[in-house]
Amino acid sequence: MNALFSALGRFMIGVAAIVGAMGLLFGRIVSRIVRLDLDGEGTLSNLYKMGVKSLPVVVITALFTGGIMVVQAAPTVERFGAYSLLGWGAGFGTLREVGPLLTALMISGRVGANNTAELGTMVVTEQFDAMRALAIDPISFLIAPRFVGIVVTLFLSTIFADVLALVGAAYAGLPLLGVDPGVFYDGVTGGLLGIGDVIHGLVKSVLFGIVMALSSCQFGMSTEGGAPGVGRAVNSTVVVTATGIFVLDYLVSFAI
Amino acid sequence: MIHLDGITKTFDRSVLFGVDLDVPSGSLYGLVGPGGAGKSVVLKIVAGLVPADGGSVVVGGSDLSTLDPLALARYRLGIGMVFQNNALFDFMTVAENIAFPLRRSSSLDDAEIGRRVEERLERVGLAGFGPRKPAGLSGGQKKRVGVARATVTRAPIVLYDEPAAGLDPVTSQRIFDLLREEQLAAKSTVIMVSSDVDRLLTVTDKVGMMHDGRVVFEGSTEQATRSDDPMVRQFLSGKTDGPL
Repeated sequence: MNALFSALGRFMIGVAAIVGAMGLLFGRIVSRIVRLDLDGEGTLSNLYKMGVKSLPVVVITALFTGGIMVVQAAPTVERFGAYSLLGWGAGFGTLREVGPLLTALMISGRVGANNTAELGTMVVTEQFDAMRALAIDPISFLIAPRFVGIVVTLFLSTIFADVLALVGAAYAGLPLLGVDPGVFYDGVTGGLLGIGDVIHGLVKSVLFGIVMALSSCQFGMSTEGGAPGVGRAVNSTVVVTATGIFVLDYLVSFAI
Repeated sequence: MIHLDGITKTFDRSVLFGVDLDVPSGSLYGLVGPGGAGKSVVLKIVAGLVPADGGSVVVGGSDLSTLDPLALARYRLGIGMVFQNNALFDFMTVAENIAFPLRRSSSLDDAEIGRRVEERLERVGLAGFGPRKPAGLSGGQKKRVGVARATVTRAPIVLYDEPAAGLDPVTSQRIFDLLREEQLAAKSTVIMVSSDVDRLLTVTDKVGMMHDGRVVFEGSTEQATRSDDPMVRQFLSGKTDGPL
């Protein structure tokens, strides 16, 4: 029993250490952003690398997500004859939940893990030390631009994914249920969905982006132990990011 | 003049136990010793990358422990450093790596920066390598790019951590000769850590030997080669029998 409590205690201390470190890093990043003390070229480069280059995976994910929702809902829609509600159902689920969540998980796999690997490799090859030796602030030059890149990417990708998911749903509804895209569109815009549903999803996307950016940067910066250490850091990023996304998803859904 | 007095440092375990060093201005100081003696930690403390837990580091009359973050950053502008693993920025070309310190900390225009980068590349024997990425370079080439980046700002203090690690004997000697020529031309103060003792002693003015976090010998190169200290004799001769 003592061993169990010890293990639980060590686990909780570990969680507190991670959350604390991420909190401190967040403060350091925000202080640089507020002072506009971040590398402009690096920020644009990260926005392109993380955002533009993620578009293909976002497009495919979103289109199929919309289609999958209609496929899964089809038996129930047919049973109750709720064809006019298909647009509302798909819109409600996409805007508030599926859009931000799946987009975050896809971006996490592509951008978050890669970010940790890049930063971790830089740490173990002393590039971070070299930057500090040249009197360059790594937070301003490397970390803050990546933070901005990830958060903005996730925000914009979620908007893009929401639209594409609804398009995918609309055009899946036609062959499966005979629901005309015009009827689908009326269901989305007919008044049951509002700006609050959009904001709900976008708030989630920003919070998911923040937790993804902080965990990927923190684990990257604290990498130890050479190449195996980079692998461990990437693994930690994936686990912590996914956990953080689901916890935040629940909290935001509960709160707003 | 770089003066270390009673430097202590602990990470997960204690690594420095009261290190005393004196590096005269304009000299090339070789810091030797077995692996794990704390040599790289001493270099990082002098570079201001790692704070000492105790003791004082006085460089040019300034005690590093009294410097605030801004003053420490200004101090680092006067330091050039070559790291053991080269620490070249993978996401930049060779030319961008060398230009990086000038772009970030000087008011030179692009034309002058370009000219200095080309001069450095010629000096280290890598003319025309500017557009290449570090991943495409050999070990010796990476070392030379590191030397070019460390010396492009003409910093008064240059620190080298294993500048010839992993290189063949001929390339190693070329690197040491290059570093000595650079030091004499710039009249800079250099601390050089190297396990390649034979080649290191061909370029040093003064030598310090560390063992288990302490300095066990300090003196001129000649004094080092003639020392009766058993640790020094064993280390310089490379024999396995002895106190080390």
